[in-house]
Amino acid sequence: MTATHALRERSRRSSIALHLTVIAACLCAVIPIAWVLYVSLRGPDGWKDPASFDGGLSLTNFRYVVADTAFPRWFLNSVIVAGLTTVIAVLISASAGYAASRLRFPGRAPLMWLFLVTQMFPIAVLIVPLYTTFSTLGLIDSALGLVLAYCSTAVPLCAWLMKGYFDTIPTEIDEAGMVDGLTPFGTFFRLVLPLARPGLAVAGFYAFITAWGEVAFATAFLSSDKQKTLATGLQGFVGQHTSEWGALTAASVLIAIPAAAVFFYAQRHLVTGLTAGGTKG
Amino acid sequence: MSTLTEPARAAGREQPAARNGPWRTLRRSFDRHWYAWAMVLPALAVLTVVVGYPLGRGVWLSLTDATESNMGGTYGVNKIPATYGFTGLANYLDVLSGAEGHFYPRLAWTVIWTVACVTLHYGIGLGLAMLLNRAMRWRSLYRVLLILPWAVPAFVAAFAWRLLFNSESGLINAVLNGLGMNGLNWLGDPFLQKVSVVAVNVWLGVPFMMLAILGGLQAIPRELHESAEMDGASPWQRFRYVTLPGLRSVSSTVILLGTIWTFNQFPVIYLVIGRNAGADTDILATYAFKLAFADVRDYAMSATYGVIILSMLLVFAGAYRRALKRQEAVL
Repeated sequence: MTATHALRERSRRSSIALHLTVIAACLCAVIPIAWVLYVSLRGPDGWKDPASFDGGLSLTNFRYVVADTAFPRWFLNSVIVAGLTTVIAVLISASAGYAASRLRFPGRAPLMWLFLVTQMFPIAVLIVPLYTTFSTLGLIDSALGLVLAYCSTAVPLCAWLMKGYFDTIPTEIDEAGMVDGLTPFGTFFRLVLPLARPGLAVAGFYAFITAWGEVAFATAFLSSDKQKTLATGLQGFVGQHTSEWGALTAASVLIAIPAAAVFFYAQRHLVTGLTAGGTKG
Repeated sequence: MSTLTEPARAAGREQPAARNGPWRTLRRSFDRHWYAWAMVLPALAVLTVVVGYPLGRGVWLSLTDATESNMGGTYGVNKIPATYGFTGLANYLDVLSGAEGHFYPRLAWTVIWTVACVTLHYGIGLGLAMLLNRAMRWRSLYRVLLILPWAVPAFVAAFAWRLLFNSESGLINAVLNGLGMNGLNWLGDPFLQKVSVVAVNVWLGVPFMMLAILGGLQAIPRELHESAEMDGASPWQRFRYVTLPGLRSVSSTVILLGTIWTFNQFPVIYLVIGRNAGADTDILATYAFKLAFADVRDYAMSATYGVIILSMLLVFAGAYRRALKRQEAVL
């Protein structure tokens, strides 16, 4: 009784403390982003003295980034690389995830183990051999080489996520398909795959953002300005001899807006997708 | 599952049986499971090419003295043969005996970095999730604002924080000056560099933990809390004996994932500190990268580091899973 009482009428002081704590946390989360947005609107030299408000607000940085730098090219490269990685990884991993979820076959346990373990691979263990191999094959400084390198993490991750999602689809559906005379492939393609669209979306989204934000492979593999992705191209704005923070912040804003929009749309599915695969080993 | 294997078994019967033992079992196994293997084959083929082969080659490179200068290769019309050679376990001895001089300091900092980040991720994530799990006004607004850092790509966040930490025009020093304190050289001083990268990584990682734990909290049946309250459990006791056990499965997963991610974290340290800084702030992963791609490209040593890091993570993950199983048995 006292408990429900306390729940209904939380004391005024503790209510204020609760809100203040949460607001403080929100400020920590938001201020860095708001600051970048603010600096990006302050013109090319606004970052040097952000407190004074001489220059006012302007879109100069955005115009500069879009028109006078390779930023649009990098953006396109990132979309191509991340998009290709996503399509390949999802196509390849969906059937493997299905087999791992539904079928009991010799080699299933080692396969699940393999998918899990590859996610622990530090970049350092693959990056050197891939680099030396790709340089003999002429795949350095090309989008294709980067996509191949990203598949090393994206394929096992997607397979793992898809396996977790297929586990949530009732097996009665497969059995009904079998009774109707469908082969295992038919059951998979015609019945289960259409039902797994949300799972495919989550897996694809993860593959996309990991490739989109990847720094190490892109930095090591890409050298010409034409081939760079955003994660490497942006480094040039604030390198050893340059500090174009105006351009950098404007580019950051342009990158973050679409990413954030998709993120909020998908976020509810993202966490459950990831933890579901993990808990049902 | 038996229904799924039915057609394949029927198909198997039509085939003439092979003669000798092992071949026959293999044949029958193939007839029963070929479609499962066919489904797995594309993924397995890709992994063999982009993970299996490089891993094997990485292990091989770690047993040699390969550097950029003796790797050989084709330069225009000139083909230069590779001249590096097998050196056995020399690299491993060099690294693990401490003779190479960087491994143990880097390992110590990597462990501190991982423990600090994961503890803060989990602690703050749990705290915020508990707060957000209460009924309060503007809850969904708070939730959206708190998730914001997760929506920002790590490399963008790294640059944003570098701007905030800037010693002359950064916001953080401006605030410190405003409070009458001296600004600090965040990205110059070795100790403050470490504080800075931990702060950035915590900022980036808390939203995921918070959302995962919030999902776990909402899955705990309300009745459990209510009956604990009826029995006169204090808030602390309810937290300790209802909330925490209810979060066990979510917590164990996110802590394992978080540890692996943090251990292998690359963009935060590499981009916040920049490549021209000393090796003080480098964790094993970034140090191995620098070995291979900065100054003198020492491929063999970098591969050695890679193999050592991977072995440590595998041992850790195995021990973690075993510890969880044992705990489950006790419970």
